[in-house]
Amino acid sequence: MTITIEYYLVLSAFMFLVGVAGVLTRRNAIIVFMCIELMLNSANLTLIAFSSFLGSSVGQLFVFFVMTVAAAEAAVGLAIIIAIFRNRLTVNLDDINILKW
Amino acid sequence: MNLETILFFIFGLIAAISSILMITRNNAVIAALYLILNFASLAGLYLILNAQFIAVAQVIVYAGAIMVLFLFVIMLLRPENEKKFLESNPKVKIFAFIIAGFVFLQLVYIIFFSRAFNLPFNNQASVEAGKIESIGYLLFKEYVLPFEAAGFLLLAATIGALILAKKKID
Amino acid sequence: MRELIYLTVFLPLLGFLIIGIFGSKIKSEKFIGTLGSSTIGISFLITLLAFFETLSLPIENRKFIITLFTWLKVGGLDVRFSYLVDQLSLVMALIVTGVGFIIHVYSIGYMHGDKGFWRFFAYLNLFIFAMMNLILADNFVLLFLGWEGVGLCSYLLIGFWYDRKFENSTTADAAKKAFIVNRIGDFGFLLGMFLIFLTFGSLNFEEVFSRANIFSVSTATFGFIALFLFIGATGKSAQIPLYVWLPDAMAGPTPVSALIHAATMVTAGVYMVARCSIIFASAPQIMMIIAIIGLLTALFAASIGLVQNDIKKVLAYSTVSQLGYMFLAMGVGAFTAGIFHLMTHAFFKALLFLGAGSVIHSMHEEQDIQKYGGLKKYMPITSITFLIAALAISGIPPLSGFFSKDEILWYSFTNNGFLFWLIGVLTAVLTAFYMFRLYFLTFEGQERFGHDKHPHESPKVMTYPLIILAVLSVIGGFIGIPEVFSGEHGNQFHNWLSPIFVDAERKLLKFGFHTHLEEIILMVLSVILALGSILFARYVYLKSPQVADNLSDKFSRVYKILWNKYYVDELYEKLFVNPVVNLSRNVFWKFTDGKIIDGLIHSIAKLIDLFASIFRKFQTGLAQFYALIMVFGIAITLLWIILSF
Repeated sequence: MTITIEYYLVLSAFMFLVGVAGVLTRRNAIIVFMCIELMLNSANLTLIAFSSFLGSSVGQLFVFFVMTVAAAEAAVGLAIIIAIFRNRLTVNLDDINILKW
Repeated sequence: MNLETILFFIFGLIAAISSILMITRNNAVIAALYLILNFASLAGLYLILNAQFIAVAQVIVYAGAIMVLFLFVIMLLRPENEKKFLESNPKVKIFAFIIAGFVFLQLVYIIFFSRAFNLPFNNQASVEAGKIESIGYLLFKEYVLPFEAAGFLLLAATIGALILAKKKID
Repeated sequence: MRELIYLTVFLPLLGFLIIGIFGSKIKSEKFIGTLGSSTIGISFLITLLAFFETLSLPIENRKFIITLFTWLKVGGLDVRFSYLVDQLSLVMALIVTGVGFIIHVYSIGYMHGDKGFWRFFAYLNLFIFAMMNLILADNFVLLFLGWEGVGLCSYLLIGFWYDRKFENSTTADAAKKAFIVNRIGDFGFLLGMFLIFLTFGSLNFEEVFSRANIFSVSTATFGFIALFLFIGATGKSAQIPLYVWLPDAMAGPTPVSALIHAATMVTAGVYMVARCSIIFASAPQIMMIIAIIGLLTALFAASIGLVQNDIKKVLAYSTVSQLGYMFLAMGVGAFTAGIFHLMTHAFFKALLFLGAGSVIHSMHEEQDIQKYGGLKKYMPITSITFLIAALAISGIPPLSGFFSKDEILWYSFTNNGFLFWLIGVLTAVLTAFYMFRLYFLTFEGQERFGHDKHPHESPKVMTYPLIILAVLSVIGGFIGIPEVFSGEHGNQFHNWLSPIFVDAERKLLKFGFHTHLEEIILMVLSVILALGSILFARYVYLKSPQVADNLSDKFSRVYKILWNKYYVDELYEKLFVNPVVNLSRNVFWKFTDGKIIDGLIHSIAKLIDLFASIFRKFQTGLAQFYALIMVFGIAITLLWIILSF
């Protein structure tokens, strides 16, 4: 059977939702971040799949930018986590709930 | 059953399984390593799709730089291992999984049961698209402004990360 | 000058505004007093000039209406601010502005040193404004405006010394009583107005009265209209059953009692009946009711006045009694006689009150006549003027009270029969008695006051008004000399006013033929009885005071009933006041307001609280929880999109 684009899309959706489940359930902030990266990657996969099947480079260009942004965001996010850790000595999200009523 | 199909299934399965494993590990370092495996399999998938540049960029940037950064931070902060998965807040977690599964089913439905895509795989065009010349051409001709903006973004991120993570000077 | 009649209304209003707004800053009493009095004085002059102008015109041209602006124009209702200058309103206006001016001048002396001096004059001017509106109005609505306005000013002025105690309660309670009882009457008046509008389609006097003649309206309708209007009159003019506020109104300063509760406001009811004479004449049963109530009130109040010991209370009951005479006159169809008595009563009653005020002032606010006695030699002017007024009210010729009261008694005899005349004369006897009891106990006889009181004559600003009013009480009757004496000149006052009442008198159709001889006999009889009563009072209170004590011991139960005013106040309190207060307190306040309305508000608040405590759980402070909700939202949205395809 030929691999049509649906296969790639389903795989991408699966990875995305695995990432969502991870973001919603994990307690450790760093692991939550990694799940976010996973979600970004699934989006990348979708873009590349479409770009390949449509024969246009724009999709891959977009992925290039997504990667840039993901890198920047990862750096800044981890810096924030380090700053929070310095303050509270924990990265457990259960303990960072100042917005609570 | 050509090579492409087999490779897709191999890489796809590895990607899927490694992602599931990643979110369920208690140990942060193990989770990071599984994520690296995921990225690597994704790079393989990109190669199947003739996206050579992106595949290489994936390995270098994601697996090579970002994950290394993650591992550094994990080693630096030494977080305790989390408790067993369903010990804390079981109701919320189960609800989250159910919702995520539900959305997945909806997406599958949308993908398969909406109007058919009818995209034939044109190898030639696909190869052309994946070549680094095409990407570079676009990058420096039509999308040079986003390119420069991305540069600014990286500068801002660098400075931001520096300041946030710096030790306070008394 | 008639076109400027509206100035007589608005000058006092201007006085009220100026004194009311700036009065507390103006330090000079003289300025305020002069300003307050001169607005009324100028109004009096304008009225006088309008009177002379009207006098010089032939009878057909004497009615004059000036419209200022349209007030309400809704549907079939067209109400204007317009004033009617005719014979009746001129008489009333002259009385109000004239006596009002005199009392304003008197108040400059009486209220000297009071910290609310400016407030007093402001309220007095406001009162004159409202009263003039009432008198000069040419439609019911404007009349009602004045009606309510005088009620308001009465409340303000009775409670003028708001921090003073009065009998068992406070002056504020007395003021409230006056206002509330008045309001009950006003309700009747309003019903009458509604019925008039319903029947005649207009509230303008000219239109209503001309239509009353032309339209075929049932006697029952006229009866109801007249009854409701009369209820309003009983409230305002203190007749049975709504007279109870007038004795309590004595809590206010004496000039207030003189102006409002003797000369002007309480006469508004009489004026209203006179103005609507055609309506009343078309309802003969109500006329009979008015006559009976007037007569009974006169007798009833006179009997209470016999035993009261507060000088102002005696005068208050005397006012109620004399108002009864006026309504008796209206009820038997002698409209001009009623207005005549209104005028003479204004003179001598105001004089009596001002004299009483003079005495109270010099005796340092002592009002109990048992503590007076022999003041004649200290206060000669007050004493003589008081005597003149007492003679006038007792109906001794040739003073004004004789002519007016006798005219009423004569018409009661001719129109309603011997019994009415008899009870009227009996009341006159009682009037003479209690009036001279008051005079003798206050001014003659032994001095019964302690050495701490130093009575003295009042200053000129207070005695000159007394003198002027005394002169008026003496000569005021001569314009109403009956036919029997003045021959073909006729009764001048009657001739002046009769065009107003022509339609009403035509409807009344009184038969009977009475001779001049009968009139003279009855006149002489009533004068002799009055003189006898005066001499009896002199005997009892001057020569042998123990007669009074013996009498009161022998008839102690009667004495007690009279002294307690027939327990009417207590009866009203039990029948009306207590149930209403209890209803308000227990049902409306505690239950309806407290439990139901407050309960509703509280339960809404509790409901919101309940919802809030549920929704509060969503604010966990954990970003992941919020993200979960977001994903949930995405799921719902996708579901909706899928389903809508």
